[in-house]
Order: sequence, then structure tokens, then C-alpha cells
Amino acid sequence: MRLSYPTSIKIVKLPCTGKIDVLYLLKAFQSGADGVYVAGCMEGDCHYLTGNLRAKKRVEYTQKILDEVGVGGERLAMYNMSAAQGARFVEVAQEMTEKIKELGPSPIKKQKSEIRSQKPEDNMKESIPSPLAGEG
Amino acid sequence: MVIGEGKPIKEILAMIEDRSKILLAGCRGCVTVCCAGGEKEVGILSSAISLARQNQGKALEIKEVTLERQCDPEYLEEIRSIVDDYEAILSIACGAGVQFLAETYRTTPIYPGINTNFIGVTQEQGVWAERCQSCGDCKLHLTGGICPITRCAKSLLNGPCGGSSTGKCEVDPETDCGWQMIYDRFKELGCLEQLEVIIPITDWTTSRDGGPRKIVREDLKL
Repeated sequence: MRLSYPTSIKIVKLPCTGKIDVLYLLKAFQSGADGVYVAGCMEGDCHYLTGNLRAKKRVEYTQKILDEVGVGGERLAMYNMSAAQGARFVEVAQEMTEKIKELGPSPIKKQKSEIRSQKPEDNMKESIPSPLAGEG
Repeated sequence: MVIGEGKPIKEILAMIEDRSKILLAGCRGCVTVCCAGGEKEVGILSSAISLARQNQGKALEIKEVTLERQCDPEYLEEIRSIVDDYEAILSIACGAGVQFLAETYRTTPIYPGINTNFIGVTQEQGVWAERCQSCGDCKLHLTGGICPITRCAKSLLNGPCGGSSTGKCEVDPETDCGWQMIYDRFKELGCLEQLEVIIPITDWTTSRDGGPRKIVREDLKL
């Protein structure tokens, strides 16, 4: 297929999206991610039955926390796709990247770079959405 | 066990607004089981607070600790050597733990990170329900093992009120009528005649009406 997707995306592999934890998602934002999306299997197709459904609930819970702390729950998303949908994977990667570019850098990253006393080399780098991809 | 749930993050942020170095203390007791104040919740709350403070541009140093229990003095002693290094303690133990910390460390401000709700059970994963109001005079042997003090909104002791309708309480259509449950239980046990036993007027001094309660066991004291 040899499809390409945005280079700003860093993939974190998990055995199943059921392994997703609220803390993993928060830590990604603490580490400076501008956006995070969870790529799980199609609903109803989880090898572990309910891993992707659990992930969905945890993503929703984390979105509320992100809203409360001012980062914005819209920077976190969950998508469902099968392992056979390479084209869909690329589509989602592009969609999420565009969304995050529109939102701009994470306010956390903004604060960090302002604290670093406006050194020219510390200017905003390209937005980095990082997907947490599971096979479950 | 004691059941609690996390306070809104905004409320917690307001408590620690002027602080720059805090100790965030969890408890491995009841609040770990009800997912409100254990090691995991310490991690999540710490991350959430850090994100909020980074967003505000106000740095905050957080030290995460989770004690075996915050309601026993020996475990509170474990943090004595580090308490003075922090401006305040944010405890996500139950109200008893928070107060015991305040009693133990008198010069350090203590803030509660959770609301303590009730003594209850885990009905299913993620669902907790109240079962005991710790009235100090258990009557469960008279009511088929269902507590009318807790399960009846009015804590009636001799049958339901007129607000009982189709087995539900008038306070909330989702809430079962305590006395309907007691009736059903007696029926299952084949002892409906127990309903004829009149429970006398309650002496509420064993409950909250007698002020803060205390138990002293001379046989156990050192």
C-alpha cells in the first residue's frame, strides 16, 4: 500500500486499547503533546471483547479532566479502525493533524516555551499529535 | 467501607492557589477500593493539577505519597521527616484521614481532595451504594438484614410511609422503598409475622445526636 501519514505523529503501541489508562493520556499532554488520539479496533471486533469500549470510556473521562484543567478535551480523540484499513489510518492521521494545527500548540507547551525566556530557537515547533494505537 | 469521590479539580486548584510545593497524600484503605484516593488516583490528580498549573504559568512541585492508612497513627508517622519540606498537604483519604493528618501535623495546612460520602458496598465495578449510617445501635436482626435507618429516606422503624409507591420511594423514583424491601425479604424468609414486632422509640444518643463518638477498649490498650 505504501501510504504515508504526517511525520509529526508518534505511535505508542499497546497490546489492546483496553490497556489505555487515564494517566497515560495525561502524561502525554504533560510531556508536551499537542494532541493525542487513540486508534482502536472497530467496536464489536475487539479480540478481548470489550477493550476498545473501555478505552472509549477512559478517553471520555480524560477529556473531561482536560477541559477542567484548561488544556481542552478536544485535543484528545478516539477513532476505530480495523487492521486492514490502511487508507483509513492515513485519513485519520491527516484529520487529527489538521484539527490540532487549527487548535494550535498545547497551552502547556506555550507556557513552557514562554518560561524559557523567549529564546528564538525555542519558538513553537510543529504540532505533534501522538496516537496511542492498540490492536484490540 | 467508606466511600468517597474526587472533588472537582477547580475546587482543589482554588485551595492550593497560593502554594508552590505540596505533598499529595493518598490512602491504601477504603478509598483505594472505591477508586477515589488510592495510589492511582494520586497519580491522576497530580498530573491534572500539574497540567492546570503549567497552563496558568504557576509552577507547582508535587510530591506523591500513598500511606497504608491515614486513620492509624503509625502510618502517618512515615511522612514526618518530609512534611516540613512542603507548604501544605492535599489528602485524598476520607474525612477521618484528612482530620487525623491535621491533628498529627499541627503547623501544616491540610486540604481535602475528595468528598467522603457514605459507608457502603460495591454493587458492581464502578457502582457504590450506601448501606450503613453508623447509628450505633444495629437493628438488622429485626428487619431481615435490611437497614431501615439507611434505606428508608425517613429512617422509619415500623413500616413504610404513604410515599411508598409500587416499591419505590417518593424521594426518587429510582430508589427502592426500604420497607418494601424488608417486606419482600420477610416474605422470602417465610416470616412475615416479624412485621408485627414493634420496634420501640430509638435512643439516638448512640448516633450523631450524642455528639462525636468514641470507643475505649481497656483490654486492648497498651
